[in-house]
Amino acid sequence: MDLTWNQEQEAFRAELREWLERNLTEWRQQIGGVELSGDTREGFSQQLLWERRLHEGGWSVVSWPRRYGGRNGSLWEWLIFEEEYWQAGGPQRVTQNGIQILAPALFELGSPEQRDAILPRMAAAVDLWCQGWSEPGAGSDLASVTSRARATDGGWVLNGHKTWTTRGAFCSHLFGLFRSDPDSERHRGLTYLLVPLDLDGITVRGFSRLDGDEGFAEVFFDEVFLPCDAVGGGVVLGEVDQGWSVVVATAGSERGLLRSPGRYRATAESLVALSGATGSDRWQRRRIARAWMKTEAFRLQTLQTVTTLTAGGSIGAEASLTKLWWSELDIELHELALDLLGPEAEMEGVWSKGYQFALAGPIYAGTNEIQRNIVAERVLGLPR
Amino acid sequence: MRFGLDDDRTAMRDAARELLARWCPPDVVRAAWEGRPDPRPWQVLVEMGATSVLVPESRGGLGLDETFLTPVIEEAGWAALPQPLTTTALVAAPLGVTDSMVATDMGGPLVPQAVIAEAFLISEDAGLRLYQREEVDIEPVVTVDRARHCGRVRPRGPGTPLSDDRSVIALAFDRGVLGTAAELVGLAHRMLDLTVGYVTERHQFGRPVGSFQAVKHHLARAQLELSFAAPAVTYAAYAVANGLRDASRSVSTAKWLAGQAAAVTGRAALQCHGAIGYTTEADLHLFLKRSWALSRTWGSSDSHADRVAASLGL
Repeated sequence: MDLTWNQEQEAFRAELREWLERNLTEWRQQIGGVELSGDTREGFSQQLLWERRLHEGGWSVVSWPRRYGGRNGSLWEWLIFEEEYWQAGGPQRVTQNGIQILAPALFELGSPEQRDAILPRMAAAVDLWCQGWSEPGAGSDLASVTSRARATDGGWVLNGHKTWTTRGAFCSHLFGLFRSDPDSERHRGLTYLLVPLDLDGITVRGFSRLDGDEGFAEVFFDEVFLPCDAVGGGVVLGEVDQGWSVVVATAGSERGLLRSPGRYRATAESLVALSGATGSDRWQRRRIARAWMKTEAFRLQTLQTVTTLTAGGSIGAEASLTKLWWSELDIELHELALDLLGPEAEMEGVWSKGYQFALAGPIYAGTNEIQRNIVAERVLGLPR
Repeated sequence: MRFGLDDDRTAMRDAARELLARWCPPDVVRAAWEGRPDPRPWQVLVEMGATSVLVPESRGGLGLDETFLTPVIEEAGWAALPQPLTTTALVAAPLGVTDSMVATDMGGPLVPQAVIAEAFLISEDAGLRLYQREEVDIEPVVTVDRARHCGRVRPRGPGTPLSDDRSVIALAFDRGVLGTAAELVGLAHRMLDLTVGYVTERHQFGRPVGSFQAVKHHLARAQLELSFAAPAVTYAAYAVANGLRDASRSVSTAKWLAGQAAAVTGRAALQCHGAIGYTTEADLHLFLKRSWALSRTWGSSDSHADRVAASLGL
């Protein structure tokens, strides 16, 4: 047990803190001082300016190898980055779907050519990736996807309908699962494809999330010809018909599994500050302290997890516990803020926005009901 | 940066686990319930050095810190040990009280293990005072967990002043809170273990009851609370051992989270055991009742939340 950071890590933190302070100020001036939601078209372009600035500073993907635009940082540097980033009030990361979901799959199973072609452009926010998992008939039950990919001369023909694609209306590329073996069922016969969204036959329609922002999109594929080389290194990630194993391998990778406590800690601290501003009664202060303690528990549990991973251990189903914890915590923190604001909570603002965003947590990335099943069956070993 | 137990600490915890599995099975807790406390689990813990972890080597102790002792106390919680390991090893030993089994009123007016203790750490206006058994009157009190051997303790001899230094007394209190949090984590763990075993064996409607989603979700929730309370206890031990600025806040955080974990797990365990759990024939009640007592002594959950609120400037 040693909870001190070494000199290099402290230097990393200091450099980052200084960079963030300067660049956030400059970026806010650049966008005219009004920061819009990254789930609107205008806000998205504001935040692309920020993402490109992050990349120029070398901070967009600190844990990636240098050749792809990273800093070769360990998970500890990643944790420090997240702590400082949210502490400094950095904006939401509109590039996260590519960085958190596709990149781990490329690191695990992509070819060197695919990595070289995709990762540097992803890190630089030149190519913007959205996910194509869910369909109208495939939510928690992802293995029931019906969008099809038919092999043809020099490529694939795609047909089908993806939906709940986060920021799909603003992205340039999609990664997703398509049924490549028409006679297959469930998780067999699926292929993981990489698809530029400007191909003929693709229609992207943005639609509103709960908060009214155009943060979702549905993507229609109508006899779309996807050439084999539409993405450098090839459009198939992993093997043909083996897309499910790519998803499983990605779900088991440490980068895909971890979520930093930094954002929640920053929210908890904002909540404490809000209490100072609005005033609070004893009962409210007690509730804030409880939420703060849960935030602290998340931080400590993450230190434990990163220690395990750094020592060569692995986490699997335990990641479901983390998802349950942060998703419930996020709602609790925001509910408390709304209670402090009282009748003014109904105004559009960071807390009402954040609350609506937090409400998605128990639903996306595997509903919390699915996560509890996973915990019961794979952590506790209860019978299926 | 490295969070968690190293090999030495793990070895010490495992040694305690093995001894307690052998010497403190549920039958021994039941014997304590019936007024026949078996001295052997305590003897073996004393022999392995569990009560002298914090005693300096120059005085015959192990000369180690709270990060070694807390995992051992967690094991004592898991076993529902009837003797006062937290008070003796974590609260009294750093105050120079060694070589006796110690009970105290620092965690609440009913003194747990008063009936079996050899020495008494009593808080008075002027500070902490130590009394030997022959210097006190003990009025046994019947409590829900009979294995606690609670009593009201009234000094009648002069006793020995131990400390009137507020910071020393505050630290002693924090150590008691830390140990209680560790016991609660151990108890939650035990109740979850028992319940997972039971719902896997027990069949209804032709299936193990643990295959039903409603049962799974109760236990997943318990596992969730436990998974996030345990690291908080580990951290609190480190913070106390290293005299960190947030040591007091960390023990309060640990106690609140551990109390929450034990409460959620206790309810889930009882519910998932069904009617068999609602008897004194199943072992569950031995651990459940201990957790009820511990979660309300050494500061209630609310009082610890209030301490944290104050430390945050709320």
